Amino acid sequence: MILKLLFRNAFRHRLRTVLTICGICVAILAFGLLRTVISAWYAGVNASSATRLVTRNSISLIFPLPISYKEKIRNVDGVKLVSAGSWFGGFYINEKNFFANFAVESKSYLDLYPEFVIPSDQKSSYLKERKGCVVGVKLAKRFGWKLGDTVVLKGTIYPGNWEFVIKAIYKGRDKNVDESQFFFHWEYLNETVKKLWARRADQVGFYMIGVTSPDIAAVAARNIDKMFNNSFAETLTETEKAFQMGFVSLSQTILTVIELVTMIVIVIIMVVVANTMAMSVRERMNEYAVFKTLGFGGLFLAFLILGESLLITSLGCIMGIILTFPAADAFMGAVGDYFPIFNISTQTIYLDIIASFIVGVVAAIFPVRQAITVPIASGLGRIG
Amino acid sequence: MAPIIEIKNLTKSYRRGNQSIIVLENLSLDIKENDFLALMGPSGSGKSTLLNLIAGLDKADSGSIIVQGIDISLLIETELAKWRADNVGFIFQFYNLIPVLTAFENVELPLILTKLSKKERKEHVFTALKLVGLEDRMDHYPGQLSGGQQQRVAIARAVVTDPAILVADEPTGDLDRVSAQEVLKLMENLCSTIGKTIVMVTHDPRAAKKAGNIMYLDKGVLADDPQTSFQECV
Ligand SMILES: Nc1ncnc2c1ncn2[C@@H]1O[C@H](COP(=O)(O)OP(=O)(O)O)[C@@H](O)[C@H]1O
Ligand SMILES: [Mg+2]
Repeated sequence: MILKLLFRNAFRHRLRTVLTICGICVAILAFGLLRTVISAWYAGVNASSATRLVTRNSISLIFPLPISYKEKIRNVDGVKLVSAGSWFGGFYINEKNFFANFAVESKSYLDLYPEFVIPSDQKSSYLKERKGCVVGVKLAKRFGWKLGDTVVLKGTIYPGNWEFVIKAIYKGRDKNVDESQFFFHWEYLNETVKKLWARRADQVGFYMIGVTSPDIAAVAARNIDKMFNNSFAETLTETEKAFQMGFVSLSQTILTVIELVTMIVIVIIMVVVANTMAMSVRERMNEYAVFKTLGFGGLFLAFLILGESLLITSLGCIMGIILTFPAADAFMGAVGDYFPIFNISTQTIYLDIIASFIVGVVAAIFPVRQAITVPIASGLGRIG
Repeated sequence: MAPIIEIKNLTKSYRRGNQSIIVLENLSLDIKENDFLALMGPSGSGKSTLLNLIAGLDKADSGSIIVQGIDISLLIETELAKWRADNVGFIFQFYNLIPVLTAFENVELPLILTKLSKKERKEHVFTALKLVGLEDRMDHYPGQLSGGQQQRVAIARAVVTDPAILVADEPTGDLDRVSAQEVLKLMENLCSTIGKTIVMVTHDPRAAKKAGNIMYLDKGVLADDPQTSFQECV
């Protein structure tokens, strides 16, 4: 019966309660979407492996390194695998069709990135084809590409029309693997560069290095950089995570703003719920006085008010969480190309629940205090 | 026989700003068991204040209130709440039913604090509603009942725990004459047939006549007869 009372109290002012629930629902939705955007932003960082290092030119990413470094790096203690690659920076038909594409040393690259899952027959036919390329399933779906299709990319860093044949389509081993990349043989790039721009030949943008264990990653990185100290192209080696972080940190300010906005949304909804609860409790002071008269204690009143507040926030939270999924799908449809990974994490849902719980509790604190401390005589109102 | 309620040298004042107004001063009163006492007096004379003190809703500045041998002025808040639940039934001028609960649930409310099982509670509620003649309205919400019916539900709520004392503050103050008569008859019955002790504050001389005993309160002083000034009003 107490629960019945709690429930009926919550819906006594149906419109007010429904509006409050909608408010919470929208806040949870915004909170969930913004957090999903943030984690999409950090997807590359989260997907990175602790046993991989990236070596680049210490001046800047846009300066290359000679391919001759490869053998030297391989000889450093703890290094198991070395692959090299360059940003290609090409686009398909239209510059707006952005996706990541680079030239890699294919054999070692595929060994180093087991999270790109490719059927073995496709893999061997890719390795055999000079103009072969590998694309992610998501990217293939986006442009309607199939195995065997010939695709022409327009180069920006390496001008001209470049022809590739899709020899393999990879899937991600798990959810946080980017399935919209495009890569092809560095040798194909290099032989053309040799002919057209001889001075730019035999160079790579970065080395990707597999080490035997995460513990020695830092030491290996230091040893690699030491080796090229005072050479004409000094290197900077960092973990893959730090490397990815370098891209993200360019937009750190934006991320901070988004995070701030999520906090503000929660605070606003806290004020809204607190206002609803304060209004309800003020209207019912006289009833709370009756409860006290009948011998009910402060705990009972606290249960009644806190319960009502939590009921309202929980309903809003559940609706918000349910709506987050279709909303994220729609959002993804609109801007998904910029975010290769766009998943609602379970952590976001836990945070939704925690946030609405906190909102419910905080909103009830002052009304509960008020209901408990008001003396019965003045709560009943002075009569006669 | 010892009185069921013994009030000795009771003083109560309210603070308003930085001055204190003495409402009751050095008041003493004995109320016998099974008495139906009407408290009359002009508005602001302290009737409600005295009733609240007797019912354990408020604390006096000094003096004692001994009910069935217990000095309730010595009880702390939680003990007092328990004491109220066990010993006092309340009837208010504006009924004070919980609007989202049915008549049945309103009457059941005080029983939630007892150890009774759900089935026992149900029986008690039926008995109480039958007593006030509203067993056929138990599923109605207060908003669906007339003022007189609401007050009868409130009386059922007051007696459902079988308290020794009933306090009523202007129970007929908001009712038409017919409903008021019904309510007063009911209270009279509670006193004469089940032996409740009733203390009722009222403005209405007709209501007071139903009571066995009338006391007059004026400017914090009790009298068996109305003060001349008040008699003129009556
Ligand atoms: N909670 C309170 N705070 C301050 N003054 C009060 C309070 N309750 C009652 N009073 C004052 O005490 C006096 C008696 O009030 P009350 O007992 O309600 O009178 P009655 O019921 O006889 O009309 C009045 O002057 C009233 O203003
Ligand atoms: Mg009064």
